[in-house]
Amino acid sequence: MASYLLRRLIQSALILLGVAFVTFFLLYVLPADPVRQIAGRSATPETVANIRRELGLDQPFLVQFWHYLSGLLHGDFGRSYLQKTQVSELIASRLPATLLLMAAGIFCELALGLTMGIAAALTKGRIGDQVLMMTSFVTVSAPQFVVSLLLLYVFAVQLSWFPVGGYGSFRHLVLPAVTLGILGSGWYARMMRSSMIEVLSADFIRTARAKGLTRARVVLRHALPNAILPVIAMIGIDIGVFMGGVVVVESVFAWPGIGQLAWQAIQRIDIPIIMAVTLVSAVAIVLGNLLADLITPFIDPRIKIR
Amino acid sequence: MTAALPISGAEPAPEAPVLSVRNLTVSVATEAGAKPLVRDLSFSLHRGETLAIAGESGSGKSITSLAIMGLLPPNVAISAGSVCLGATDLATLPERQMRALRGDRIAMIFQEPMTSLNPILSVGAQLVEAIRAHDPIPRAEARARALDALRAVRLSQPERRLDQYPHELSGGMRQRVMIAMALALRPQVLIADEPTTALDVTVQREVLDLLRDLQRDLGTAIILITHDMGVVAEMADRVIVMQNGAQVETAATRDLFARPAQAYTQSLLAAVPRMGSAPARPAPEGEVVARLTDVSVRFALRGGLLGRVTHQVHAVEQVSLQIRRGETFALVGESGCGKSTIAKAIVGLVPHQGRIEVAGLALSELDAAGKKALRRQVQMVFQDPAAALDPRMRVGDLVSEPLLIHGQGDAASRRARAAELFARVGLSADQLDRYPHEFSGGQRQRICIARALALNPQLVIADESVSALDVSVQARVLDLLRALQTEFGVAYLFISHDMAVVENISDRVAVMYLGQIVETGTRAQVFGNPQHPYTRRLIEAVPVPDPEHVRVASPRLSAEIPSPVHALGQGPQRVRLHDVGEGHLVAV
Repeated sequence: MASYLLRRLIQSALILLGVAFVTFFLLYVLPADPVRQIAGRSATPETVANIRRELGLDQPFLVQFWHYLSGLLHGDFGRSYLQKTQVSELIASRLPATLLLMAAGIFCELALGLTMGIAAALTKGRIGDQVLMMTSFVTVSAPQFVVSLLLLYVFAVQLSWFPVGGYGSFRHLVLPAVTLGILGSGWYARMMRSSMIEVLSADFIRTARAKGLTRARVVLRHALPNAILPVIAMIGIDIGVFMGGVVVVESVFAWPGIGQLAWQAIQRIDIPIIMAVTLVSAVAIVLGNLLADLITPFIDPRIKIR
Repeated sequence: MTAALPISGAEPAPEAPVLSVRNLTVSVATEAGAKPLVRDLSFSLHRGETLAIAGESGSGKSITSLAIMGLLPPNVAISAGSVCLGATDLATLPERQMRALRGDRIAMIFQEPMTSLNPILSVGAQLVEAIRAHDPIPRAEARARALDALRAVRLSQPERRLDQYPHELSGGMRQRVMIAMALALRPQVLIADEPTTALDVTVQREVLDLLRDLQRDLGTAIILITHDMGVVAEMADRVIVMQNGAQVETAATRDLFARPAQAYTQSLLAAVPRMGSAPARPAPEGEVVARLTDVSVRFALRGGLLGRVTHQVHAVEQVSLQIRRGETFALVGESGCGKSTIAKAIVGLVPHQGRIEVAGLALSELDAAGKKALRRQVQMVFQDPAAALDPRMRVGDLVSEPLLIHGQGDAASRRARAAELFARVGLSADQLDRYPHEFSGGQRQRICIARALALNPQLVIADESVSALDVSVQARVLDLLRALQTEFGVAYLFISHDMAVVENISDRVAVMYLGQIVETGTRAQVFGNPQHPYTRRLIEAVPVPDPEHVRVASPRLSAEIPSPVHALGQGPQRVRLHDVGEGHLVAV
């Protein structure tokens, strides 16, 4: 177990290094110039050159990357170009909001998706299955901002059940979390359905029925834990896609998380913030996958960590 | 217990039957209307009796068992007749009441022990659940009963097994767990659907002995569904022979084997391979087609922080053999003995140590082009013809594909060759444009054989090629293989677990155990005068399709084969082969 964790952590560090390098390189070759954004249109060439020197942006690429990396190793994410504050402080102040939204969003997407998938599998080929699969198709193909705005309009503007945006109470959390849940539920519904149908036709389900177990017990104790195994692995992989949704939903609902921070930073080419948000997301994806791999052996005794 | 003795005559038992099936008809709903799968089947079953329902695939024997259990697939239903367990008609019983009987008064075990247990629940949890589904006793008490049930099926270390998971047990052990689960609540009727078909022959022997002992102790009535007439002869008091969903014949087992009344039963019994019935053949003395010298195949197991090799699976250890032109060389042994790995090594699918020569050329000394050329000389026929044929290709293309791969002839000549091969294996040339799913299992295996012969190879490796076929089909495919050998002089490496089939087709035999050959010689030497204890055990374990055959009482075994995994640098103990006369080699 210890050697497994150590190996995984070394792998994770290498992945993060790769992500940092690629992102830094892309921002370096970007035709847009962050210095112009900071200096403004009327700045003189001297001012521009000064700012460039101050930020170290006149250095060769590898030197810049090395400086950034050695900062990172000391826990220094650099300073925001525009807000002039430490990026680590900005991230720290906004990360809890995003983590809360992610947790609530993943909960909603699994609760919705898995229930739909199980219900569809149990009514396979009948009307319930068809309605559920149509629904999942709609949620998979609907653009994120459309669903966000639709829910916002109906439940916040028209019905006034929930606030239009902001952060602070449970009521603020409901609409953004449900939006993320609906967006992700279609994938999980389809995956859960096919996994469940496969497991329900397995020999051991026939054995369970031959023992005289109730249908509920056959489904919940024998089929479900087996069917959910491939889905767990998907949750880890899906966090990357999920983060994309978080950026859009945070903007629409004025949720003060790192997604919103990233959105603003991208518009202004605020490189330290973009780098920091990318790395935090990469850490979330890596940890999500590690967590999924660590949970699986608890359900499936055939999988051993070594 | 005062268990009734098995009733072995046509005499009806004095007591009322435990189960009586009257005019049972089971139909599947299709777009063209209801289609019967089982027609007008009637039988009754008494306490302590074993009734075998025998038949080939598609005969309706499994559907009958599922109908009795109320476990028919969604679009299949009982359309007429009754299934009475005591006074209760199961055919019309609502699901809730049926569920209360299922597993309690009527239980079932299935063919595939590897997949019939839930992989993520412990053995104990699955047994306890089965008991508590019908008897709401405290968990600890149910666990104690589960332990008793495991002891009753003679499973080694029963306390430890309770906390183990199915993947930690071998196939034979899993089938014992299934039997323990089925019999834990002492059902009146046990339906055993091909209970030993997926097991090795020595394990089959143990499980059959176990079922018989338990039946004697508990007085359970058993319905034994099987295709194996050997198992029928050894286990059953009465037999129903089924074909296409209907009963062909029913009789007491002895009478049926002695005087089969119907033509179908006669042909079925005639097709059963019997030990000691094969005609003698002259020993082929042609040139050597394949020669293996000290061949080993090991698979690495990695572990630790850096993923270094720590252990090796010694799949094949120091095997030497040679196969001559026109000869059938058989490799026999139980699962995991390395017989299929040898086949893979010969065709170059797994890396090997030692020397493999085919047609005088050593495999390891050839470059890529040389290896490709050599593959022309060695072709394979696999166990499952449905999986070995690409479902999206026409069978004519499948048969001529080897010619295409090796750049032989043009499209017209390749098609002509496919037509010629089709005719040779007993299919007609106008079937060339059909797809594999339009053929039966036996026909598909003929297609695979035609494909293997397309390049005129010197050696054909038949890896369990007839194991998945019904006996009558199996007999015809074996005849075909023999005829093709006479005609083309091809050599066969025939790999099988079925001793009777091997005895019927082989010229020379090698018996494998844990990756090594423990006995080899001509068929007459190995089968007529088996020397190694393992060979004897294999031969003795084969069910004999003759109810009059008296089996010598043997100790009830439940031994497990040791593991072929060894730490790096260590290995299994090598056996040394000793010549006991005229090339008959036996491990000492």
